[in-house]
Amino acid sequence: MPISSYDDRIPSFPDLIFNTVSVDNLIDIRNVTFAYRNHAVLQDISLSVPRGRVIAIMGGSGCGKTTLLRLIGGQLRPTQGEVSVNGQIVHQLNNHDLYQLRRKMGLLFQFGALFTDLNVFDNVAFQMREHTDLSAEMIHDLVLMKLNAVGLRGAQQLMPNELSGGMARRAALARAIALDPLLMMYDEPFTGLDPISMGVIGKLIRRLNDALGLTSILVTHDIEESLKIVDYVYFISEGRVEAQGTPDEIRISKQAFVHQFVHAEEDGPVPFHYPAPDYASDLGLKA
Amino acid sequence: MKANNFFSRIGRFTLDSITRLGTATRFLSQVLMRSGTSWRRFQLVIREIYSSGVLSLIIIVASGLFVGMVLGLQGYQTLQTYGSAQSLGVLVALSLVRELGPVVAALLFASRAGSAITAEVGLMKTTEQLQAMEMMAVDPIARIVAPRFWGGVISMPLLAAIFSMTGIYGGYLIGVRLLGVDDGTFWSQMQSAVSFREDILNGVIKSAVFGFAVTVIALFEGYDAVPTAEGISRATTRTVVTSSLTILALDFILTAFMFRGA
Repeated sequence: MPISSYDDRIPSFPDLIFNTVSVDNLIDIRNVTFAYRNHAVLQDISLSVPRGRVIAIMGGSGCGKTTLLRLIGGQLRPTQGEVSVNGQIVHQLNNHDLYQLRRKMGLLFQFGALFTDLNVFDNVAFQMREHTDLSAEMIHDLVLMKLNAVGLRGAQQLMPNELSGGMARRAALARAIALDPLLMMYDEPFTGLDPISMGVIGKLIRRLNDALGLTSILVTHDIEESLKIVDYVYFISEGRVEAQGTPDEIRISKQAFVHQFVHAEEDGPVPFHYPAPDYASDLGLKA
Repeated sequence: MKANNFFSRIGRFTLDSITRLGTATRFLSQVLMRSGTSWRRFQLVIREIYSSGVLSLIIIVASGLFVGMVLGLQGYQTLQTYGSAQSLGVLVALSLVRELGPVVAALLFASRAGSAITAEVGLMKTTEQLQAMEMMAVDPIARIVAPRFWGGVISMPLLAAIFSMTGIYGGYLIGVRLLGVDDGTFWSQMQSAVSFREDILNGVIKSAVFGFAVTVIALFEGYDAVPTAEGISRATTRTVVTSSLTILALDFILTAFMFRGA
């Protein structure tokens, strides 16, 4: 099914509630600041993710995208502000409640993070065995359904080291949706994939989101692939939301940062040169 | 200036060591508190007994046999000087059951199973498997660490017993079969001189303590490893070195308490 057919189904967004706190938002990030020791990674950032949408968070390497995912997943606590997921303030939850909330989340790690001592089938079955009392037959059928959805039913007996990068990512995706989460988070899902695998993963992200009624957050710096499948984009630079908009708005944006990013220009608001003293002085040509 | 640097380095080393010891103690308490899953789903522990214990059997049996044979040769030479070669069985058995069995088996366990545990857990951390587990609302301490801990603690005394057994057999092969010590005397003297409570039980206690120490060190080093190839390599080395030193130090302390009047 071509991607455009998904775009056709997406309504226009004048009435969407990005950046406003609402019960229709699955995630509300309000004035969040996060620092590792003295290094501020996120600075007073606010954004919202409405239910049922696919949102991309983009930005250069080290801009704080993955940190944002970790704050949503409760792996990190914000220095200031709050992250609310499904109406619950994540950093205020105790361990038990946090784990309950995480059962409603799925996270696709950059390289899949499949359990290397389990085959594909057991990887996907892992959460079902840990969190449910389903019979072995039921788990078998559910796992096959999940694997079929990502096209890997035939690879169920393979070990993770026998999978290609794209297959590993798909197997990890099947594992992440094993318990039908409310929220799917993708950490750099396109990194290191060939164009075919990239297209497959992109389509799967959109298809699963719509078919399962998920809400998805994509952390990526792959402009081409993500603009095809997402509903809304947040650009982050130096820990702040630098720009935001629908894919069409992003494509025609004149904003210097967005323009540089979308058109892969080597110099601009993100400079080519790391800050350095005067070149001539460094070469000893100036007194 | 140099003296200042020297003292500040000592200070930093001391503070780092204390911090690390504190972190390891907290880690151990978490492992103990979250061991419920291991007992409810004992097959997880059995799997670890297989990978830590059963897979270490070859090295334990082979080493035990050689150590026993060396004891047989050396013991025979020394005892014959005093005309007590018939006590060879006692010497071999006591040396193995009290000291060499628990200590050498623990050293082998540290280098075979301990290093494997560290590398495995460290690699799971590096490849984000532990984080993935946390995000799936599964506690990695309860699911990954605790079963390995109990697997190690249970395996170690069994491995030490097998080591002592094969060692005694090695001593028998050399003493009785090769050097001509009387078969009946070898076994009967051993039977009358080796006390179950004083010797065998204390040996078992020692090996359980060593198993506890080695497994905690191996797991902590893996869990705390810097998630890079170099980090895992350092952690694995630290496991073997720290475990070996800890085994020898604990052996001295335990021996001082157990056999002071004997």
